[in-house]
Amino acid sequence: MSIETVQTDAEGYLTNRDDWSEELAMELAKQFSVELSDEHWTVLNAARAIETESGSSPGLRKISKRSETPIKAIYKLFPDGPAKLIAKIAGIPKPKSCL
Amino acid sequence: MKTILILGAGTAGTAIAHKLRRRLSSEWDVAVVDPSSTHLYQPGLLFLPFGDETEERIVRERGSTLGKGITWHKDAVKAIDTERRRVELEEGERLSYDFLIIASGTEVRPDMIDGMLGDGWRKSVFDFYTLEGAKALQAALAKFEGGRLVLNIVEMPIKCPVAPLEFAFLADAYLTKRGIRDKTELVYATPLDGAFTKPLASKTLGYLLEDKGIQVETEFMTGEVDSENNVIRSYDEREVPYDLLVTIPPHTGARFLEDTDLGDELAFVPTDRHTLAAKNAERVFCIGDATDLPSSKAGSVAHFQADLMTENILRAIEGKELEPTFDGHSNCFVETGHGKAMLIDFNYDTEPLPGQFPIPGIGPLPLLKECRRNHWAKRLFRLVYWHGLLPARPIPISPTMSLAGKQLSAVAEAGGA
Repeated sequence: MSIETVQTDAEGYLTNRDDWSEELAMELAKQFSVELSDEHWTVLNAARAIETESGSSPGLRKISKRSETPIKAIYKLFPDGPAKLIAKIAGIPKPKSCL
Repeated sequence: MKTILILGAGTAGTAIAHKLRRRLSSEWDVAVVDPSSTHLYQPGLLFLPFGDETEERIVRERGSTLGKGITWHKDAVKAIDTERRRVELEEGERLSYDFLIIASGTEVRPDMIDGMLGDGWRKSVFDFYTLEGAKALQAALAKFEGGRLVLNIVEMPIKCPVAPLEFAFLADAYLTKRGIRDKTELVYATPLDGAFTKPLASKTLGYLLEDKGIQVETEFMTGEVDSENNVIRSYDEREVPYDLLVTIPPHTGARFLEDTDLGDELAFVPTDRHTLAAKNAERVFCIGDATDLPSSKAGSVAHFQADLMTENILRAIEGKELEPTFDGHSNCFVETGHGKAMLIDFNYDTEPLPGQFPIPGIGPLPLLKECRRNHWAKRLFRLVYWHGLLPARPIPISPTMSLAGKQLSAVAEAGGA
């Protein structure tokens, strides 16, 4: 699934979690001007793992602890709204509340 | 004698203790561990800061909420040994169990944010998720003469995720009544991308923020409270100044779950989303706010889980397989101010929809829509809580969600999934 064919919702989150691949993540990251390094992947993999386990997209503190990456550093890796960017690139749902 | 040991006697722990006591024979000891001598009706904390609720009405002696037949160990948990099936208490006692239910809820953790517990704490910086915080805030609001009143959610998950929004709506009404609304800027700072995060809620309820003149600061992840300069600062260096800060600090699970196999990074218990069994140990279940589940941390959820978990524990005792019955059902009143409220009913898969509740097409309570009936139902719910929900008497609302009476088409119309 490439960036041209993959389905996203109105806000740019993957409609189908199964469409995600590492290649797609790299393409998506480029759209947000992020070049994925090992540090980025540690954070993305932590977010994906937590979402798989718990069924909801995690907050930054939990991602930070799991990936052993300080929150400040996560902001450097994913400037301009890391919670949303991580969810979009990792192919997991938007972090949301009940309303 | 066999033992079911329940850690925590809040809403979830108390309700499941009563349910199990009724269903189990006298060869079973149903025991709870809780160090606190009182039980707090937490929804009352929303009204207390505005003088619309009293401590007397929302606090009861714990003993009176447990009653006969339930053993109460009035001590704190120190450690859980799931291999030996034993719980150690702070004062040294060791309790064995056949089945363990973790119902230890959440802790509100202002200590996790730089400066939050600094010089401004409970002078210009308040929480309202604790009784002490809500009482201190009541005194501060009574003296408030205008300025910037900032409401700040530091991080999700929090208990009762709509309470901060309700607080903002009630503050608007309170300030209007006191004649100082026009002297007050009301700001709502959230780490999420909006006060409402679902397309249908944004579309149908967005007017509430506009009508009430509530400014929303989105994607604001609070890193620091600077109470010398009266600003909160985010990790991306944005600043929100305040005269009165009402903060919802980060939440974690109980301290005795920190850095154990039972707790995750925030000390919440990884729990099977449908059977409510703890994932990392045998014979252990988790209920209420203590789980890591995406269901709301709310009293209604604890109540529905207690119904379904009771059946699963009976199955476990008989050596049968657990049933995946819990669907994430949640049912909450949302105060919107000036004597009105909404009702929302949802689960893991279905977001809050418009419709009628509990009887399809009739109600009498409309869903996702403001009205006075919902407000009065919310205020009367305190009595249902003490006399129905806590002692686990039958309440005629299904523990799983029903789609009957709900307008599914509304989601697509709002541009949602």
